[in-house]
Amino acid sequence: MNAPLPTRRDEAWRYADLKALEPVWAKLTGPEQITVPAGETVSRQIAELPVIDGVGMIDLDVTIGDKATFILHVLAHNADYGRIHVKATLGNGSHFELGGAILGSGKQTLEIVTETIHAEPNATSNQVVRSVLADTATGSFLGRINVARHAQKTDAAQSVKSMLLDRGATANAKPELEIFADDVKCAHGATVGELNKQALFYMASRGIDPVTAKKLMLQAFIADAFVSLEDDAARDGIEGKALEVLEGLS
Amino acid sequence: MTISTGVTHRLKNFELKRNQMLKIENLHATVGDTEILKGLSLEINAGEIHAIMGPNGAGKSTLAYALGGRPGYEATEGSASFDGQDLLDMDPHERAAAGIFLGFQYPVEIPGVSNLQFLRESLNAQRAVRGEEALNGAEFIKLAKEKAALLKMDMDMLKRAVNVGFSGGEKKRNEMVQMGILDPKLAILDETDSGLDIDALRTVGSGINAIMRKPDKAVLLITHYQRLLDEVKPDFVHVLAAGRIVKTGGPELAMQLEEEGYEAIAEAA
Repeated sequence: MNAPLPTRRDEAWRYADLKALEPVWAKLTGPEQITVPAGETVSRQIAELPVIDGVGMIDLDVTIGDKATFILHVLAHNADYGRIHVKATLGNGSHFELGGAILGSGKQTLEIVTETIHAEPNATSNQVVRSVLADTATGSFLGRINVARHAQKTDAAQSVKSMLLDRGATANAKPELEIFADDVKCAHGATVGELNKQALFYMASRGIDPVTAKKLMLQAFIADAFVSLEDDAARDGIEGKALEVLEGLS
Repeated sequence: MTISTGVTHRLKNFELKRNQMLKIENLHATVGDTEILKGLSLEINAGEIHAIMGPNGAGKSTLAYALGGRPGYEATEGSASFDGQDLLDMDPHERAAAGIFLGFQYPVEIPGVSNLQFLRESLNAQRAVRGEEALNGAEFIKLAKEKAALLKMDMDMLKRAVNVGFSGGEKKRNEMVQMGILDPKLAILDETDSGLDIDALRTVGSGINAIMRKPDKAVLLITHYQRLLDEVKPDFVHVLAAGRIVKTGGPELAMQLEEEGYEAIAEAA
């Protein structure tokens, strides 16, 4: 890329692994442009990041036409430093759906960064991100939502939950809302926690061994990110991959 | 000779089970740095229903958790064996597979995991440890339906996430449905009667009788009140105070407790 290497002062790169990024920065091409024509629906799943020298980058610049829908499901896992950046610009009455899971272990740094631009009225967006982090991995979600002055009746939601499996793991969750219209709904919620010990004992008391109990709870936890994927085969594909990665974590 | 050896062997097993299911001797248990159980001894034989009553803080729940193997409830002295196996040496899931069911005073919610999935995993995990074949989907649903009907529980509730959004009474009834499906040898029921209205108490009581009142099973009922004991008639009633059993008697002891209170009886003992 021709642009200068970002610094930590750039809000959107605050938690990035810039050291890992530097050697590959020049090899990166700019964002992939996606246009969803008015009234149409495009659904995309990304279960693997394209990795160059340990760095996996996805960069999407999506323009969603009037009454159109863009549905994106992503899985961030297979890179030392992985970043999924999505800029979505919404047309009148359109919808942007994001379901993302971040599954990190070792020293991985993984992040999902979104810029959701409600440029026109009556559009809706829903973002659900679930992170499971082991060892000293870092998982971050940065979600900016801009609502233009005339984008009335905007309904935007973000739900971000992180599960820390080890003491050294880090989760960052940062909603960033810039709202200029006055008749809008923008909900955002974030939690960071660990596996519920009471639930683990409850399961054990019924005969479920600790490894299976942990697996069941983590499966249920990340399933939230994929419920919005209606195509069963597609959902089984990306969720199946996620479960496979989870097995490696626990 | 061969035949008679077989008979003797079977008789011996029968004797063993009959004489001794749970045996607790001089059990001391701590929670954090505090000793809660201070030398508790109790023996439960197959076919018996025991009730443990006692004031708040006596150690009733600690006894249930210590027997269930809850982390943080540490047995520091004494012993507990179940069917001749050292219970304290087993992990919680191994105790379940051995045939112990712990009914929780506050059943835990598990979002995202359906009751049916949870119970099928539980049952098949126990069966695997016992070297039995897993139940398939159809066999399991049939069993679940039968036990849910016994406790007057809607099948729809079994499809929902474990205890999520259940009322206090529904959670307790769900515990009993789980007990019915898992079919344990010994049920330790920690204040299963708390939070139940009169009708639910009756349903839960008859559920316990139907599932557990059998010659090869036993129950340890932990309760504050006489009410449940009207439904599930105990063979023995024990009074637990300050971490020890201070008095043991028949059902009449529960009546006496109801009338005179714990203090009078614990002091007289």
